[in-house]
Amino acid sequence: MPEDITAELESEELVPPAEPKAAHQLDKAIESQADLSAEINAIGEAYQRALKDGAQAEIQPRLDYPPYRSSILRHPTKSLQHADPETIELYSPAFGHQDVHALESDLTIQHNGEPLGERIIVSGKVLDGDGRPVAGQLVEIWQANSSGRYIHKRDQHPAPIDPNFTGIGRCITGPDGSYRFTTIKPGAYPWKNHLNAWRPAHIHFSLFGTEFTQRIITQMYFPGDQLFPLDPIYQTIVDQDARDRLVATYDHSLTEPEWALGYNWDIVLTGPKRTWTENEAYGDAGDEE
Amino acid sequence: MSTKLVPTPGQTVGPFYGYALPFEKDNELLAPGSPGSIRLQGTVYDGAGHTIPDAILEIWQPDAEGNIVQRTGSLVRDGYTFTGWGRGAVGNTGVFTFTTVNPGPTKPGAAPFISVALFARGLTNRLFTRIYLPEDTEALANDPLLSALDPERRKTLIARRDPDGGLTWDIRLQGGDETVFLDFQ
Repeated sequence: MPEDITAELESEELVPPAEPKAAHQLDKAIESQADLSAEINAIGEAYQRALKDGAQAEIQPRLDYPPYRSSILRHPTKSLQHADPETIELYSPAFGHQDVHALESDLTIQHNGEPLGERIIVSGKVLDGDGRPVAGQLVEIWQANSSGRYIHKRDQHPAPIDPNFTGIGRCITGPDGSYRFTTIKPGAYPWKNHLNAWRPAHIHFSLFGTEFTQRIITQMYFPGDQLFPLDPIYQTIVDQDARDRLVATYDHSLTEPEWALGYNWDIVLTGPKRTWTENEAYGDAGDEE
Repeated sequence: MSTKLVPTPGQTVGPFYGYALPFEKDNELLAPGSPGSIRLQGTVYDGAGHTIPDAILEIWQPDAEGNIVQRTGSLVRDGYTFTGWGRGAVGNTGVFTFTTVNPGPTKPGAAPFISVALFARGLTNRLFTRIYLPEDTEALANDPLLSALDPERRKTLIARRDPDGGLTWDIRLQGGDETVFLDFQ
């Protein structure tokens, strides 16, 4: 393992680089998956009861979700303050082809050779809450390699780094809001939330809308992952329908013969809040560049 | 217009954004030292009062005259074009820094502010907030958001003016002086 990776500071999410036996001893005092699953299930059951009693379905993750241990000291304890978005918040920064090269959407051509793993195409549309395409906007992704290893000095999972895969990509959405990345299916990887904690395979997505209030960073998952019920991050979204919105669909029409499997995932942003008059006043010039 | 769609949920930015989201001059909306440029800095704290080493912020603001800029070129900066948007990851001590301009009022009498999106490991969804300039006390008193807040909480959204002309504004995710975070829905 390269030195710059082993010489990093302690963190609850670092996996000890030691051999499995030593790691196991170190982790003895740590909570088990059974402990965490009990907490996750209790929250899920309480939510189901609330729904039956007429509570509104939750569509975003809970900020306060104790099974994700790192959130305990990092969630606001006071209610979010309702605000009407004003002026600057009703507009979004403009990105264009000056910012992003067309080849940045292919994560498999960033080095001299082909990365290892299952080549995939991930494609879909970015839409606003009215179903309108978000055109000419920035989409950024990052992910682990096929072994579940990130090119990041704090990732100490003893899985191989792939010299032909960095795992970052960008693109600008088309006029119909479409995006398309060619990449490698990421592997699941262990983390230190509790003993034997594994993240389901996922790709991080960062998105902008036509208004800054639509800004979102999220994660796309793959269908049928057996780790979903065990993962405190996926489960921060307590509503099953809402969770399902993060799972891509296998799409054989996107699959390219003898080349790559295709997954479709559409993203819907909140809003918009801006009125048509304001929209017309400024136009979409920045978005179309 | 058409039927309303349900938005896709957010998720935490996680611990490993560091090789993906930052880019060259990401926090330099203007070249440091250029006329009119100021330093905006602050520290991000968790509920135990410890600094957070793995948070990343974005700012989005009007120019010094209060114009909302719609120009590309934030990711590949040419050194001259002010795009109004920047991104800055905190360092090991939880400190973030931007080089920018004082935002102007977007309409006469409005209190100038910078819009902020905050992401962090352990933060399950992004948070929005605002950084107001401290000077125009009349505009601050008339601001719709600020006037809806208790005076103690209002303070968390107003930056301090540094002796060098810059701004200091800290983020506290929890506690008595927890920063006011916004819900636009």
